Amino acid sequence: MTDTPQRTRPLRVLAAMSGGVDSAVAAARAAEAGHDVTGVHLALSANPQSFRTGARGCCTIEDSRDARRAADVIGIPFYVWDLADRFREDVVEDFVAEYEAGRTPNPCLRCNEKIKFAALLDKALALGFDAVCTGHYAKVILREDGTRELHRASDMAKDQSYVLGVLDDRQLAHAMFPLGDTVTTKEEIRAEAERRGLAVAKKPDSHDICFIADGDTQGFLAKRLGKAEGDIVDESGARIGTHDGAYGFTIGQRKGLRIGTPAPDGKPRYVLDISPVDNTVTVGPAASLDVGSLTAIKPRWCGAAPAGPGTYTAQLRAHGDETPVTAELVGEELRVRFTEPVRGVAPGQAVVLYDGTRVVGSATIAATERATADVA
Amino acid sequence: MAYLDHAATTPMLPEAVEALTAHLGVTGNASSLHAAGRRARRTVEEARETLAEALGARPSEIVFTSGGTEADNLAVKGLYWARRDADPARTRVLASPVEHHAVLDAVDWLATHEGATVEYLPVDAYGRVHPDALREAVARNPDDVALATVMWANNEIGTILPVAELAAVAAEFGVPLHSDAVQAFGQVPVDFAASGLAAMTVSGHKIGGPYGIGALVLGREHTPVPVLHGGGQERHVRSGTLDVPAIASFAVAGRVASEERERFALEIGRLRDDLVAAVLDAVPDAVLGGDPAPGGRLPANAHFTFPGCEGDSLLLLLDAQGIECSTGSACTAGVAQPSHVLLATGTDPDLARGTLRFSLGHTSTDADVKALAKAIGPAVERARAAGLS
Repeated sequence: MTDTPQRTRPLRVLAAMSGGVDSAVAAARAAEAGHDVTGVHLALSANPQSFRTGARGCCTIEDSRDARRAADVIGIPFYVWDLADRFREDVVEDFVAEYEAGRTPNPCLRCNEKIKFAALLDKALALGFDAVCTGHYAKVILREDGTRELHRASDMAKDQSYVLGVLDDRQLAHAMFPLGDTVTTKEEIRAEAERRGLAVAKKPDSHDICFIADGDTQGFLAKRLGKAEGDIVDESGARIGTHDGAYGFTIGQRKGLRIGTPAPDGKPRYVLDISPVDNTVTVGPAASLDVGSLTAIKPRWCGAAPAGPGTYTAQLRAHGDETPVTAELVGEELRVRFTEPVRGVAPGQAVVLYDGTRVVGSATIAATERATADVA
Repeated sequence: MAYLDHAATTPMLPEAVEALTAHLGVTGNASSLHAAGRRARRTVEEARETLAEALGARPSEIVFTSGGTEADNLAVKGLYWARRDADPARTRVLASPVEHHAVLDAVDWLATHEGATVEYLPVDAYGRVHPDALREAVARNPDDVALATVMWANNEIGTILPVAELAAVAAEFGVPLHSDAVQAFGQVPVDFAASGLAAMTVSGHKIGGPYGIGALVLGREHTPVPVLHGGGQERHVRSGTLDVPAIASFAVAGRVASEERERFALEIGRLRDDLVAAVLDAVPDAVLGGDPAPGGRLPANAHFTFPGCEGDSLLLLLDAQGIECSTGSACTAGVAQPSHVLLATGTDPDLARGTLRFSLGHTSTDADVKALAKAIGPAVERARAAGLS
């Protein structure tokens, strides 16, 4: 029940190497464990920048070179695979379309679902590899009955199981996360990289969205979707401001609303709703953000779909807290009811259900319902 | 291990290694006037004579450069600038679309930065420019042509181009023709004087010499504007302290390339034919690229398209079996792009992604071909299953 793929027989492993420290250490650990490891850097941008700017992204020629140097030091073959077309279709265009529809997508999750553990994994398996290894912090546990479970990383602070919750049994069966058992600080991972002679030890962390090099998501969306002026209204429907495009907002957002007049009660206002149909953004007080339940679509289960309603904890965004819920699959929809109201639930994000540390499943949030007295 | 990528670089000949190392310990700037300088100069001039003889050129026509890329840049940019300086109307550059990037990108740069109008000459399905195509292009307005550049033999698909016939056409109109002969030298007869070319590029490490040395064979009546300015070495066309050991070693390799060419071409051609037969036997639907006629292609080149496969996948699978070859396409950040050569010959872009180039050399053996024959079938099967991503 505690056996992980990396402790079983030697496998032919394809290590996805972004050029960052985590994936380099993961590949090194897989090789050290005796697996036959080949490193691959995914070229995801059709026109890569030559050099990395700031601490963002993994799509530059410099990152490719960093990955190559790490592979040299580990002593494994290394190649660059061009998945730019697939990435553009499945991740970037999906990202834009989701925002355009008034939702808030998670492109990292989409990349894991469609690229790393789909396009890349399928190609790897066809070429004779047994598994794809990444630097994610999560655990795959092989049960005695041969099925696999995805669990939170030993170190909750770095756990990335949320963005892996979309993986199904087959994908998990071929996933290897050598960092998942590590309870350690980032400094210790860096120290391990240093000890292994990996030059990426001192490289800044990548965060934000890799295909938006300057970190300006609003600017990126504006360029893609064009300026579309519309109204900002309050809960009564009264027009209290304008915006340059409803797609630029996220439920729960407070900053950047540019509303000249304060609310009557002087309290801050938040984005409550985004309506792409009439290009309107509704704002209101924090209390109106309270959500009592949600409906999610496209459920994916790690293992069998649960029969009947169950009690779980749910995570609603990357790095978000857990909250207790009851959830039930009704037809193709997942209905989730919060024990306590939660704030700032954005359609488009994933709801990932956990049973303790175990990932039960994941679905895409489609709609939320306000908390009412009887829910709380 | 089966090294089948000699067109990328081929092992140095033992005698070239000997010449290189022998001179590494000897002091002397070939431009110095004292005894040590004269000694270095003598080495350089003897090498120049050796190389000139190997290439059918006069010693004064050999301009040493840092390699093929620099020689191509000097020819293309330098001749363009010189011809345009002499007559501002000359801004048209005629180039084959199957050139190496050292020529293509130099030509593109002239278009972007120097007001050049680039015209790519049509090629046939084998990547060959026909003399009539050049004639048509020049004759449209002979007065505005700065230069033409057409490679002697293609580095990817191995097709040999009719350089002498093209040079004759260019000469009729007084247009200088440059040819990149990096792949041709040592495999097909290369005689600069007989070719009628204005300029010709050769490189050291493709013929068993060292890296970082090459030459532009430059007709005496041509004075390109330099790309590198400085001490005025090499007819004031290419400044920079001469790399005496590399030049001496290059000359040794050049002499061997010329003297042994006929025997080498015959032997390597047979081995190549075996390789082609073995690949086609294992993968019946593989398509041989370039001119299939033995006389129409480099004897050491075999180029294939494997339908439904990604060249990258094949390369990885063969590499894992110790077989080293090339997808034959240009690399940006290590990412394979569909080859411009194949696209120019009218190959479907999806098909163009499934190519491999096997190139033989002086260390190639029957065992290399046997290893490939054994590995290629299963590799193609796997790569096909992986498909095109």
